[in-house]
Amino acid sequence: MNARLNPWLLSAPALVVYATFLVVPLFLVFLISFFNFEFYGGIEQAFSLANYRDIVTDSYYYEVYARTFGVAAAVTVVSLLLGTAEAYVLSRMSNRWKGIFLMVVLGPLLISVVVRTLGWALLFGSTGLISQGLMALGLASAPVNLMYSNTGVIIALTHVLVPFMVISVWASLQRINPSTEAAALSLGASQFTVLRRVIVPQIMPGILSGSIMVFAMAASAFATPAIIGGRRLKNVATAAYDEFLNTLNWPLGAALAMLLLLATVLVLVSANRMIERRYGAIFNQGQR
Amino acid sequence: MNFRNGPLALLFHVLFIGFILAPIVMVCAVAFTSEGFISLPANGLSLRWFKAILDNPRFIDAFWFSLGLGALSATIAVSLAVPGALALARSRFRGREALLAFFMSPLMIPHVVLGLAFLKFFTSAGLVGTYFGLVMAHIIIVMPYALRLVLASATGLDPALERAAQSLGATGWTTFRRIVLPLILPGVISGWVIAFITSFDELTMSIFIASPSTTTLPVRIFLQIEDTIDPLVTAVSAALIYATVLVIFVLDRAVGLEKLFVGKGR
Repeated sequence: MNARLNPWLLSAPALVVYATFLVVPLFLVFLISFFNFEFYGGIEQAFSLANYRDIVTDSYYYEVYARTFGVAAAVTVVSLLLGTAEAYVLSRMSNRWKGIFLMVVLGPLLISVVVRTLGWALLFGSTGLISQGLMALGLASAPVNLMYSNTGVIIALTHVLVPFMVISVWASLQRINPSTEAAALSLGASQFTVLRRVIVPQIMPGILSGSIMVFAMAASAFATPAIIGGRRLKNVATAAYDEFLNTLNWPLGAALAMLLLLATVLVLVSANRMIERRYGAIFNQGQR
Repeated sequence: MNFRNGPLALLFHVLFIGFILAPIVMVCAVAFTSEGFISLPANGLSLRWFKAILDNPRFIDAFWFSLGLGALSATIAVSLAVPGALALARSRFRGREALLAFFMSPLMIPHVVLGLAFLKFFTSAGLVGTYFGLVMAHIIIVMPYALRLVLASATGLDPALERAAQSLGATGWTTFRRIVLPLILPGVISGWVIAFITSFDELTMSIFIASPSTTTLPVRIFLQIEDTIDPLVTAVSAALIYATVLVIFVLDRAVGLEKLFVGKGR
């Protein structure tokens, strides 16, 4: 057997599929993002930066991108706080409870996002349980409608994505040697100091890689913003969807999507590189 | 050394679990309503909306369609991933890192980008609305998940076992079938499972390329919700939750959910 040819030969079938069904489609959509669109003439195959110029100069699209990344940042911060705390609490449970609750937290990842978002839509309306609960507790005087609000989108998206944060932090908590915590305690450190100076620095790679994952997925989320945000609060994904399937302005939709792809890849690649450089010694798992 | 959670930590935990379960429990509860509109079942539980699913072939058809699509694309993805993973796990060669990054790259691409890329490509290639196109698109989406888990189990493989088999006269194919495959089987199975689930739940990309005759269950549910949220779509969702909970229990026993998602392991 030819040892040098072998790996490429073995990867060849997958490579062919990828080349045909990933590289070509992405290249095509990149290409049409430079085309022109006329309402009466349809798509014109001319190379221009007009779509990108429209997006950059139009305040409507500026708002769409600002909303997308603003919501993604909020979801990331909330998930980071909740997910890290929950992973830490889970790691200190007895094995039996740990197993049960890990299943409760991770299980929803297997339930369709549409179904989970439907649950929030049922809870959010002005006659929904959340509104009724807030009024019963005296926290709100009038019905609260979280449907079609950024807060609603942030809550529902956090619910969808926080399990990824938990699992990421959980994985790095597993690698901590428990005697470091015991040593710090025996040297007189308070529980909070131990958390801040011993635990958090050691799980930092998990927190960071979890945050990046959550941010990237929140920025490109579709189902939850579409259902909870509705037509009014569009993000990049739902705006591109509308351009493609309703307005039929494919070139503009393609340009919107290309900018989203660029932003996502930039964030993922640069953040991964940063983490690897700083934590290379403990973060050498290779794949995300 | 045994660490314990304080009362504050446990209170947080209870609230967090409540947050995780709230929307899921809500769907399951509303599905049992006896009313013709969205409401909690105040006047006793009723199965009328679950019965109504049976009279609505749209959801049933979409369910079987998604099941078949998931199984087919997971199977093809795994059969592409196994040789690829073996190549990546067994040899250090130039371009190995780049190849791995390329195989993993669909994870980085927002599904909405893939959706419109496939719509554009299929329109040009005359594949729009075809089953073939949908399967190929799903293969691309599930490949990274399948590859990651197969790769994790192939990386731990002892090359001496293969050499031993071959020195005893086994052909390459026999070595693969009798030695390598059984050893990486846990990774292959969990890779298939996660690929199947990813395909079964996929919405964002599929909605671009699904035609009326190739509508998956998530697309069907989404279009229904966009139109109107009624007890019927809630009952369909609840049925899906019950089925998934069953799958979660089985998976947790068989593979361990943690392993399925972390997928690391060297």
